[in-house]
Amino acid sequence: MSLSAALETGDVGLLPSRRDEDWRWTDLRGLLRVLPPRALKASVATWGEGPFAGLVDETLVLAGGAETASLHVPEGVTQTIALRVISRGDTALQASATIRVDAGSKLVLMESYEGDAGAYVTSVDLNFELEPGARLERVALAMDGADGVLVSKAVAVLGGGATFTQTLATSGARRQRLETSVDHPGAGANVHLNGVYLLTGKRHADLTTTVRHMGVDGQTRQLTKGVVRDQARGVFQGRIIVEEGADRTEARMGHHALVLSDKAEVDAKPELLIHADDVQCAHGNTIGALDEEALFYMAQRGLPDGVARTLLVAAFVSEAIEGVQHDGARAVLEAWIAKAMEVSL
Amino acid sequence: MLKINNLHAEVDGKEILKGLSLEVPAGEVHAIMGPNGAGKSTLSYVLTGRSGYEVTEGTASLDGADLLSLDASERATKGLFLSFQYPLEIAGVPALTFIRSALNAQLKARGEDEIKAPEFLKRARAQAAALKIDFDMLKRPLNVGFSGGEKKRMEIFQAAMLSPRFLILDETDSGLDIDALKIVSEGVNAMRAPDRSMLVITHYQRLLDYIKPDRVHVLAAGRIVQSGGPELALELEREGYDKYARAA
Repeated sequence: MSLSAALETGDVGLLPSRRDEDWRWTDLRGLLRVLPPRALKASVATWGEGPFAGLVDETLVLAGGAETASLHVPEGVTQTIALRVISRGDTALQASATIRVDAGSKLVLMESYEGDAGAYVTSVDLNFELEPGARLERVALAMDGADGVLVSKAVAVLGGGATFTQTLATSGARRQRLETSVDHPGAGANVHLNGVYLLTGKRHADLTTTVRHMGVDGQTRQLTKGVVRDQARGVFQGRIIVEEGADRTEARMGHHALVLSDKAEVDAKPELLIHADDVQCAHGNTIGALDEEALFYMAQRGLPDGVARTLLVAAFVSEAIEGVQHDGARAVLEAWIAKAMEVSL
Repeated sequence: MLKINNLHAEVDGKEILKGLSLEVPAGEVHAIMGPNGAGKSTLSYVLTGRSGYEVTEGTASLDGADLLSLDASERATKGLFLSFQYPLEIAGVPALTFIRSALNAQLKARGEDEIKAPEFLKRARAQAAALKIDFDMLKRPLNVGFSGGEKKRMEIFQAAMLSPRFLILDETDSGLDIDALKIVSEGVNAMRAPDRSMLVITHYQRLLDYIKPDRVHVLAAGRIVQSGGPELALELEREGYDKYARAA
């Protein structure tokens, strides 16, 4: 059951539905009665520059029909690459990319999901292979249209001592899932998974992650922050599995959301499945509203209500992007947050 | 400066202020003392416009401007400042960013030019030094992880930076050791000016050894039941609030 299988075959029966436990808050079968025709290869020129233009050495574009790309960062090299997924019109896009980072190399990948106002359906499969000691910083910004549907699934396989740092930022779509699955070898490898969702209108975003610790001495840090208002819906599913024998695993997962209106909704399912001894694992999950006492305090200092709310919300989510090491990419996300605040508050 | 006349206010339908009248002329410092539950903190919240505090009767004005028709931020812009008994922690917003945003919001609302960063920092450094606040602390999120004494010092720092016309100090001495009390009081005294007034709300006479009031009022059961000079505070310290509680 997956969107890519459904697009591959044209069979809507293969779409995940609410009967699938992991998709119960992101039903696609109930949403899509028919699948749109495949997009023709789009002309990138009509799309202008992506959000990370000027920061990268090279840009890969996935924009039409069924597209694949591959990228290989050879040993001892540092590269900064943009990956743009461009969805448009009432069309389907099925894309995939395989990205390999050799031992001792570093890749900064700046991904953008760019959609127009169309009722498009886009599926993206990304495979990351990190050799021992390789480093990948993945920064993804999803700027879909309100009527688009996007499922992006990234699978990362790490060698010992590798570092995988990910920050996802999304304003949602009609239905959207950004999924990450990491095979964690332990062995001094380091995984950081951060995410921010800022949702308005009737938008939906689902951040789902699975980290499987398979060896001793692995570390995972995860922080997701979300803000929903109007009738928007945020979904967080975080699963950390510690396999038998994966001792001395250290894993922390946090998800914190602000719900700013009565009709907005956040569904969260943090899970720790621990089959090893001698591990340090913890998760925290909070869903709440803005602190009225803090708002009064700020008003008493002369801050108008809208300004006070904007400050509090921006401060609330900013923690989740502090981990972005690339200054330029972090600045893009900061600007994105500031703009989202302007529009929504 | 501040004029309160026959103020009645309730919280959750329960009347707390029952016809309170008070006048604080420009340049004066008045103290309000009273037993627990007399309505001291309610008075500070009603004046500053906290939601949930409903005025049912009476008036309150600052420099002739009706306070009760304004929202909390507008009252602050008119120059009303409350030093909170329990200052809030503002996660994620550095103290300096917070205060500069507040100052600029007030200046903008008054139609004045915003303060430039270099000048703001210069003033902040000077005020921080006067209040013995480590400047690096101002780069941390406001009040997050600060001790009780540090939070109170930060309140006075904010007051000094925002330069209000009228200060309400709500139990500013609570949680302060004697050294911190001296520093905070010196900070407050440095702000005394002919065009600025203060209302000092306190349980104990101790604070008034450091911040000398021009007038002292006793608040009991929602009204001012007695007013006098500084000697009234000493009398209260000796005799307690019993007779007022009974009178109420």
